[in-house]
Amino acid sequence: MLGKEQALNRLSSPDELERVRKSIIKQRDPDKPCITICSGTGCHAYGCERVAAAFKQEVKQQGLEAKVDVRTTGCHGFCERGTLVVIKPRNIFYQRVKVDDVPEIISETVLKGNIIDRLLYTDPNTGKKIVYEPEVPFYKKQKRLVFGNNGYIDPTLIDDYLAVGGYAALGKALFKMSPEEVIGEVKKSGLRGRGGGGFPTGIKWEACRRAEGDTKYIICNADEGDPGAYMDRSLIEGNPHSVLEGMIIGAYAVGGHQGYIYIRNEYPLAVRNVQIAIKQAEEYGLLGNNILGSGFDFSVRINRGGGAFVCGESSALMASLEGKVGEPRAKYIHTVERGLWDKPTNLNNVETWANIPLIVNQGADWFAEIGTPGSKGTKIFSLVGKVNNTGLVEVPMGMTLREVIFDLGGGIPKGKKFKGVQTGGPSGGVIPESLLDLPVDFDELTKAGSMMGSGGMIVMDEDNCMVDIAKYFINFLEGESCGKCVPCREGLKRMREILTDITEGRGKEGDIELLERLSTVLIDGSLCALGATAPNPVLTTIRYFRDEYEAHIKDRKCPAGVCKELITYQIIEEKCPGCGLCVKACPTEAITFMGKKKPVILDQEKCIKCGACYDVCKLGAIKVE
Amino acid sequence: MVTLSIDGREVQAEEGATILEVARAHNIYIPALCYHEEVAPYGACRLCMVEIAADGREKLVASCLYPVEEGLIVKTNTDRVINNRRIIMELLLARCPNNKVIQDLARQVGVDKTPFKLEDKQCILCGLCVRACEEVVGVSAISLVNRGVNRQVASPFYEAPDACIGCGSCAYICPVNAIKMEDIGDTRTITMPNPKMKKIEFKLKKCKVCGKYWAPERQLEYIARIAGLAPETFDVCPDCRQ
Repeated sequence: MLGKEQALNRLSSPDELERVRKSIIKQRDPDKPCITICSGTGCHAYGCERVAAAFKQEVKQQGLEAKVDVRTTGCHGFCERGTLVVIKPRNIFYQRVKVDDVPEIISETVLKGNIIDRLLYTDPNTGKKIVYEPEVPFYKKQKRLVFGNNGYIDPTLIDDYLAVGGYAALGKALFKMSPEEVIGEVKKSGLRGRGGGGFPTGIKWEACRRAEGDTKYIICNADEGDPGAYMDRSLIEGNPHSVLEGMIIGAYAVGGHQGYIYIRNEYPLAVRNVQIAIKQAEEYGLLGNNILGSGFDFSVRINRGGGAFVCGESSALMASLEGKVGEPRAKYIHTVERGLWDKPTNLNNVETWANIPLIVNQGADWFAEIGTPGSKGTKIFSLVGKVNNTGLVEVPMGMTLREVIFDLGGGIPKGKKFKGVQTGGPSGGVIPESLLDLPVDFDELTKAGSMMGSGGMIVMDEDNCMVDIAKYFINFLEGESCGKCVPCREGLKRMREILTDITEGRGKEGDIELLERLSTVLIDGSLCALGATAPNPVLTTIRYFRDEYEAHIKDRKCPAGVCKELITYQIIEEKCPGCGLCVKACPTEAITFMGKKKPVILDQEKCIKCGACYDVCKLGAIKVE
Repeated sequence: MVTLSIDGREVQAEEGATILEVARAHNIYIPALCYHEEVAPYGACRLCMVEIAADGREKLVASCLYPVEEGLIVKTNTDRVINNRRIIMELLLARCPNNKVIQDLARQVGVDKTPFKLEDKQCILCGLCVRACEEVVGVSAISLVNRGVNRQVASPFYEAPDACIGCGSCAYICPVNAIKMEDIGDTRTITMPNPKMKKIEFKLKKCKVCGKYWAPERQLEYIARIAGLAPETFDVCPDCRQ
């Protein structure tokens, strides 16, 4: 309610902002139980909307509105276990909550303080049930600076953001710092771009400020497109004001008055939450003319992207913003000098922007203490693939891959063996087990042949074929290449052809060398980073798993048992009791039932190698060779 | 003016000029397919890449786009440059194995055969036709459509484009002669290297004096309109007008 009253009065000074903040906080009782329900994209898939509605209804029905708050928040990160519910202030952590659990949670936990055992998370390593959110191993080692407020605030309420200190950094920047001082602080912090390139943010801002021209543009790149990566999505959905606040500070620092958020249209919740956030910030006088009475003007518009992966590349993004085909151009003249409509343009990624208020609030020195010498602060990773705890993790730079995958991620499911982790999205590289102790850092990952990218981390186990993985990513990149330059368009097509031949048993001596040779023209000759980094999955899998390529080419075998043309399914006769499950599962009637207690017979001619028999056999009587 | 070095030769150039322009002005050969002085540089074929030293390390840049600067050191024939050129020609030769210009250029950079599977295309997607149609002619009758490996030069819906005036700029500027144009009798035929597009035909205007068919009627109407000339201006061909 307060929000509406305040909306009539634009905040015209930083003091007024602080007064409003105080009155919001005063109205909130920190000891009042608050049921927070994760409403991130992952939990939406589990039905969090219904769970939240059930909580609201139950609270109303029992007449508990004055005693209990119900809040739908942004993504908590532990998407594997949705719908997530945390009951504050005790931070009781319930996972996989369904609508049916709601009345019990209210009557037992909220009213009586009893813990419901079955909704607790069980640590798979110790078998222990864990009650409180910060003690869950997935969260324990995280350092949730950027992502932390996601669990506390309703992204559609600006008052929630103000209650956790929101827009204080903006007040500080506008009234206590000159633009140069803001840039100096960001430079000193060592913040590097979180979108993939890792370019020092402060240096970019400084170049944009110095660029000639009165009109300068500010862009937030929210065109996240890496397969399996969704950290920008969760951040901008869950805490859109932190991104906006960063952008306003950035605009003040470089001298821009118009900003754009280029966001994927496939992220409807993010689009909606940003729209709401912009409107609220405008009503409060935090966006628009004369922000907080400082005389500084800045407004933000949303542009929805059409879904082309290449539009995440800054010059292609700007072309798309201009209404042209989203194709990159050479950046020999940097976009900070000539970007959008040929004007100086400062583009940063969602996560980079969200780091800015932290740096301004707490200072460059504080920020620079976190991380490694070359990579400061934290990084959010999207931990997916063959790992027990999939979800979003925010860790200090420098944490080892082993800690991320085994301590936070809980290791590999089903007791399988870890094989590799693809970092940096489709054009990152696969890092093998021998390098698991590598610290996560821009430069270390690049040295290993991969990259930080925007923070994708896809874990693979012994069942993944590395040639097949390389083929998958090259196939993705081929489909997303804009086709403008020859190396990327023609080169990726040829790489995919060669990799397909290898995985289908037509590999030839010299194919590995040809892939390596093709890589040189992609790296050296491509117009943009999409092509220049595209060979990474091929080069790293050759570098670390060359024997697998050779097995495919020379022995016509797929050691991981993935490439259909190179494997056969066979019945282990002594293990097969003739139960007939596989006979039913086989879609091509390739397996014949020979009577009870007699092993079945598999006809290789009819077998399409779908693996259905392998999956249903409970006795391990089918092997892949 | 700035001074730079290309292959050890010190040369002077206007600020803002590109490496390729300066090299060509000094008779230093750099191959290029998507470059033409009448349209803005595009940087798509990547054949013109040369090596420069920047921040203490060498890198390849597209010479058609890279602006010269004081003290720039350019090398157009290092192993890395030649490697890049050859693989690009191998890729183009696999795409267009039956194109004479590509065959000759490949041979010229030392490529006799390609290790890749052969296709049978003529167009290399350099975009010169599309850019000339937009930047020089001003009608944008054709464009590059679809993405990546599906990219092609096409008219809207693959039909004879309404906007096309039949001027043939696309055919003239095509570096690999993939666009065919022929004038027979009173008809000009333009054939785009896109199997989905039919031949486009234009009626030619007959000179009132000599009776020769000399230019497409639509082109003459277009010129008269943009130049504000009377339609009968072009009743007589330039030869007879003199």
